[in-house]
Amino acid sequence: MNKMAREALFQGNLLPDAERPRLRTFPSDQVDASSVAIAAEGLYKTYKKSRIAVPVLKGVDFTAEQGKMTAIIGQSGSGKSTLLHLLATLDRPDAGEVYFEGNRIDALGRSDRDLFRNQQLGMIFQFYHLLPELSTLENVLAPQMIGAGIWKYLCQRKLLKDRAREMLEMVGLGHRLNHKPNELSGGEMQRTAIARALVTRPRLLLADEPTGNLDQETGAGVLDIIERVNREEGLTVVMVTHDEGIARRCDRIVRLVRGRVESVD
Amino acid sequence: MYKLLLCWRYLRTRWIALASIVSVTLGVATLIVVNSVMDGFTEEMHQRIHGILSDIVVESHSSEGIGDVEWYQERIRSTLGDRLEGLTTVVAVPAMVTFQYNGSSHTQQINLIGIDTATYASVSDFSQYLLHPENRDGLDFSLKETGYAPGRNSFPEAGWTYRRDLARLRKELEQEAERNRRLREKMAEAKTGAAALPSAMVNDSSEDLAKIETVSESEATSNSDDSDLLAGPKTAITDNSDRPHYFDAERETHTGIVLGISIGSMRYRDPLGDIKDLYFIRPGDDVTLTMPGAGSPPRAIDQSFTVVDLYESKMSEYDSTFAFIPLDKLQQARGMIDPISGRKSVTSIQLKLKPGVDLSQARDDLRVAFPPEQTMVHVESWRDSQGPLLAAVQLETTILNILLFMIIAVAGFGILATFFMIVVEKTRDIGILKSLGAPGSGIASIFLAYGVLLGVVGSVAGAVLGLLFVHNINTIAGWIEMLTGREVFDETVYYFTEIPTIIHPLMLVWVVIGAILIAVLASVLPSIRAARMHPVEALRYE
Repeated sequence: MNKMAREALFQGNLLPDAERPRLRTFPSDQVDASSVAIAAEGLYKTYKKSRIAVPVLKGVDFTAEQGKMTAIIGQSGSGKSTLLHLLATLDRPDAGEVYFEGNRIDALGRSDRDLFRNQQLGMIFQFYHLLPELSTLENVLAPQMIGAGIWKYLCQRKLLKDRAREMLEMVGLGHRLNHKPNELSGGEMQRTAIARALVTRPRLLLADEPTGNLDQETGAGVLDIIERVNREEGLTVVMVTHDEGIARRCDRIVRLVRGRVESVD
Repeated sequence: MYKLLLCWRYLRTRWIALASIVSVTLGVATLIVVNSVMDGFTEEMHQRIHGILSDIVVESHSSEGIGDVEWYQERIRSTLGDRLEGLTTVVAVPAMVTFQYNGSSHTQQINLIGIDTATYASVSDFSQYLLHPENRDGLDFSLKETGYAPGRNSFPEAGWTYRRDLARLRKELEQEAERNRRLREKMAEAKTGAAALPSAMVNDSSEDLAKIETVSESEATSNSDDSDLLAGPKTAITDNSDRPHYFDAERETHTGIVLGISIGSMRYRDPLGDIKDLYFIRPGDDVTLTMPGAGSPPRAIDQSFTVVDLYESKMSEYDSTFAFIPLDKLQQARGMIDPISGRKSVTSIQLKLKPGVDLSQARDDLRVAFPPEQTMVHVESWRDSQGPLLAAVQLETTILNILLFMIIAVAGFGILATFFMIVVEKTRDIGILKSLGAPGSGIASIFLAYGVLLGVVGSVAGAVLGLLFVHNINTIAGWIEMLTGREVFDETVYYFTEIPTIIHPLMLVWVVIGAILIAVLASVLPSIRAARMHPVEALRYE
């Protein structure tokens, strides 16, 4: 990807949908390209654990439609987290392809994948994964800092800070801007993580068991926020869970069993 | 931006990193202190040696010395041109000095140097090492009334006042001895015949006294004649009278001599641990020199001199061997004056160059102008003559620097270990940053910047600590002395009252840069490891 395209990808967030760069068209014989946010084809992934190869994904096909909530459900070890990591380009499949809005992303270079994650993707984890040294506000600012570089960040500091504050207010943490993660409750930490995931106006939100570490009530609050964002802003959500109840709140459920898609509802 | 922010936060929250900062700090501080002290010593020594020795010496090893001085001087002037600042001729011979102390005779070997007082000061800082303030402005080899070593309480009374008192005392003692001798004679006479006549004895002795006075006066007048001055008491024993016929030390002096202070003094530590100086010889005392004559084979010549001042360069090697007398007197005594032509020869010509002139170049030019196989002279710069000493100090400094940099390198390994720990501890954070789209290079630069920051903080703190230490080194030496009861800086050995230090700014810069570099190098490996960390595995890490 050349510098201009890269620049375009960054600028893309600030542009209306129609003007967002489309880098390559999805193969037309597949699904209706315009309605698919992220798609994967024939994914294989094998991890090596002390010289024993453990096949995790054995040919998984997956699509998530634009503006819909898709749940990936399965037992522990069914490969759902691995699938999410492959979709997030945090890892590369041994075989198969991953497409984001029609562009193949799994074969991109390292820096382009970094850029993709920074600009197009928001991620939420079971263990929140906030940076303990940074305050809530700084944690939410982090993706923007990473994307902007020092000079740009310093120039747009006020704008970016306002955006981060706005996101924290949206998740109901406007009063907790300068608290460190260890001063927050689990629900507050997860809501901070959501604010961080959404601050760059991503096109896709990947959530890895976002309520796995929370009690029923708090978890429901977190899910409410995700649903609200999905409804109001049409954000595509892919959520990994092992909880049937949560999965039923989604538009589509992909069931993984031992590295294969068992059913799609 | 996140790099700087995180780097700064890590620095503030990881106190373990301070341990590695402290090792860098201490290393840098030690390096600065050691370098400053070594540089101080070297500089002090250079200054002293250079102050004592002239820039270049053209020296003849034959005992007759250089005969045709004018030709040499002309040749030197034409060779060096306007690079030459001063020139003087000297005669340097090995000699022996004999002095009386506590009724016994002591002999020491010395380096006797005949100097031309008018020009000698122009080639070296000779006169500033003399004890009498008037002599520092210009030495005339005459004994001063008093006032030697002003401000030095331990220095005994010296000069004419001391000499007169001493001479009077000696005279009285001699008179007393003379009286006793006569008394014994008279008593012996009385025993043989006539009765003892005390009144006659008194008359007799007063007559004798008068006689002695007149003799010494006549001697004084004859000694005031320049040519006879050197002869001193030797010429006094010319008549064949059975009575000792002496030179009146109360009124006159022999030719003046300036002795190195350590020839006639001893520095020691009294039982209380204080440094004391014991002076065997002080200005006003007479000494006898024995030196080889210029003839072949050399004949030993001995002459009396009066010490007119002491020479204290604080370089023990020179202070314990150098003795200076007027050039013409030495030439005369050794027979270096050609009786027919009246031409006086010298053993060496000392030169001073203008500031900034290349010393080695000038020496080499002179070596070309005076090929040793033809002229039999040897051309040496002061650095050549002190080469081994200066090289030893240089070597010592180099080795110490290498050793201390190794200490900082050890500190570097400490940083390396600490950093690996921090990287492992921060594995999850690294995974998070990667999931947020931070490139590997950005993550590496967090830890690299961390290393640089550690290096900078550590070495700047070390530099400040080192400079403070150097600034107060003598106070600190005093404390250590108080605590341990051992003298850090032994005055009896070094002749310095204070530890000399010099801080070269360039040295400071190099030390700081070196320390930072080591800190950076130590953080490279952990940074690469952090950058290469797999995001999925990093995130899985709990």
